[in-house]
Amino acid sequence: MEEKIIIDLKNISLSFGEEQILKDLNLYIRDKEFLTLLGPSGCGKTTTLRIIAGFLEPDSGEVIFENKNMNGVPPHKRHVNTIFQRYALFPHLNVYENVAFGLRVKKMPEKEIKTKVNDMLALVNLKGFEKRNVNSLSGGQQQRVAIARALANEPSVLLLDEPLGALDLKLRKDMQAELKSIQERLGITFIYVTHDQEEALSMSDTIVVMDSGVIQQIGTPQDIYNEPKNAFVADFIGESNILDGIMRRDLFVEFSGHRFKCLDSGFEKDELVDVVVRPEDVEVVPAEQGMLKGTVTSITFKGVHFEIIVDIKDYKWMIQSTDYQEVDSEIGLLITPDDIHIMKKSVYSGVFGDYSSFSEEFDELSDVNEEVED
Amino acid sequence: MKLPSKIYTFLIFLFLYAPIIVMIVFSFNSTNSTGLMAGFSLRWYAVLFSNKNIMQALYNTLILAVASALIATVIGTAAAVGIDKWKKNLFRSSVMGVTNIPMMTPEIVTGVSMMLLFVFMGRVIGRQGILGFGTILIAHVTFNLPYVILSVLPKLRQTDPHLAEAAQDLGCTPLRSFFKAVLPSISPGIVTGMIMAFTLSLDDFIISYFTTGPGFQTLPIAIFSMTKKRVKPDMYALSTLIFVSILVLLILTNVAQARGENKKKKNI
Repeated sequence: MEEKIIIDLKNISLSFGEEQILKDLNLYIRDKEFLTLLGPSGCGKTTTLRIIAGFLEPDSGEVIFENKNMNGVPPHKRHVNTIFQRYALFPHLNVYENVAFGLRVKKMPEKEIKTKVNDMLALVNLKGFEKRNVNSLSGGQQQRVAIARALANEPSVLLLDEPLGALDLKLRKDMQAELKSIQERLGITFIYVTHDQEEALSMSDTIVVMDSGVIQQIGTPQDIYNEPKNAFVADFIGESNILDGIMRRDLFVEFSGHRFKCLDSGFEKDELVDVVVRPEDVEVVPAEQGMLKGTVTSITFKGVHFEIIVDIKDYKWMIQSTDYQEVDSEIGLLITPDDIHIMKKSVYSGVFGDYSSFSEEFDELSDVNEEVED
Repeated sequence: MKLPSKIYTFLIFLFLYAPIIVMIVFSFNSTNSTGLMAGFSLRWYAVLFSNKNIMQALYNTLILAVASALIATVIGTAAAVGIDKWKKNLFRSSVMGVTNIPMMTPEIVTGVSMMLLFVFMGRVIGRQGILGFGTILIAHVTFNLPYVILSVLPKLRQTDPHLAEAAQDLGCTPLRSFFKAVLPSISPGIVTGMIMAFTLSLDDFIISYFTTGPGFQTLPIAIFSMTKKRVKPDMYALSTLIFVSILVLLILTNVAQARGENKKKKNI
């Protein structure tokens, strides 16, 4: 990864009326990286993207592109292109004219436009669709036209606002791979906005997790998943059991009435901490061999594994295991030092609770809200 | 459809169109009798076209309709775009209410009030006989505006709000992005509004009667002044021609709309 910084956001704040959307946001984006802004709806990720594109002006702070201050520069003078949530293709133009739109605005000679459009349509596998009306295309094809249209302008940065949100799961997976490969082939910077953590983990070089207008953590997908900074990140990315713990001393933590060896240090003696244990890291053993003992309250078959909810000292743990366990049976859990991640207490501590109210429906409901978000 | 409902439908249409049918038939009468059909002739059409007064009025009406429709379309579209940008709140709904009031006001009230305003303004700037083409044009633009706004607004609402942004993102200035991205997708609404404005202006009598002067006579006013004498069948011929032209216009717009919808359906 090159270390050249292409976009630098400094102390960005923005309010709509009473509501503060972004609070003193600082973020730099390296050239040629795939950076994802990840967060729940209303976290300010789309707003950040619109500030970079120039559709919104921050109340305070600086937007710097390649060492030039861009505050007040209108969208049409910025070397970025956007792929909108619902693509915003021009319905009165065919596929060819949609892709050629930006080039015509630039008054490029007709011959060059032709080569460029053909190159772009080849890039997104839409050769032979030139004359088609954009409304006659499927969602995935419209998505490709939007990508071709944006890339035809040779932007140095491509902004993508939940571009795969309207596609079905299978197509979304294909497009993820394709977007990633386009980004690598063209070597341009992608700034990608999504609320889908899986999408973020599988495509990004860098993930920026946001909530309530504040960046919670910046890091590689592995960092974000394995070393979440606080309970919000741990809860938002993947599944996690978040427990109250006490750091007895370096490399020793106590939670659920048991003392565990861990790999974390640098805390005060007896400091209160949040402990994260990922469901897939726990090993299920017979009750008498476990470090912790609990009763199975429910079990769900998920295909790859079973999702087991275990009650341990009134905290409902989620465990993923390939072995079936009888409901109401007592099982033991084995947790190795590697499975434990310690976080400092934050405003999010204790917010997320355990898995007693966990339900798939909640997830889907929050997805619906996301669609309504502007 | 069952027989009784067929008969019922037929009666309704007969009731609706009987006057026009009678008028069309008598416009081809060879004498000026209103009771007896003496024979088929185009005599009254010939009389009509040689009537300089009527031809001048027809010309005036067309000029007025085209001019007022064009002006109302430009102003109305701009207004609709502005209204669409506002958030939905009390202010917006009151603006819409104010926009719609002229459609509800009785024409006689609009006509009298406009005449009063024009005469008053004429006094203020010290000009006698201000009523004429200028004032009637202003009046027609005014009553056409709400119809244009009402036919453009829904189209704007259906348009993806990001279209203009997408065009700017691809290098258009904000103004150019409106013409290249937004305007083409709302053009069906604009055309409908313009045709509506054109036909409304074409057949307006009451407001025109109050806001025009002796120098500028429109067709409805010319016809009305003739009814003070005996109405001759050339008026039937004229009315027939107007009816047929409106009918053709209506059919054309319907066909165009149906085509547009078919095209959309095919594409989905």
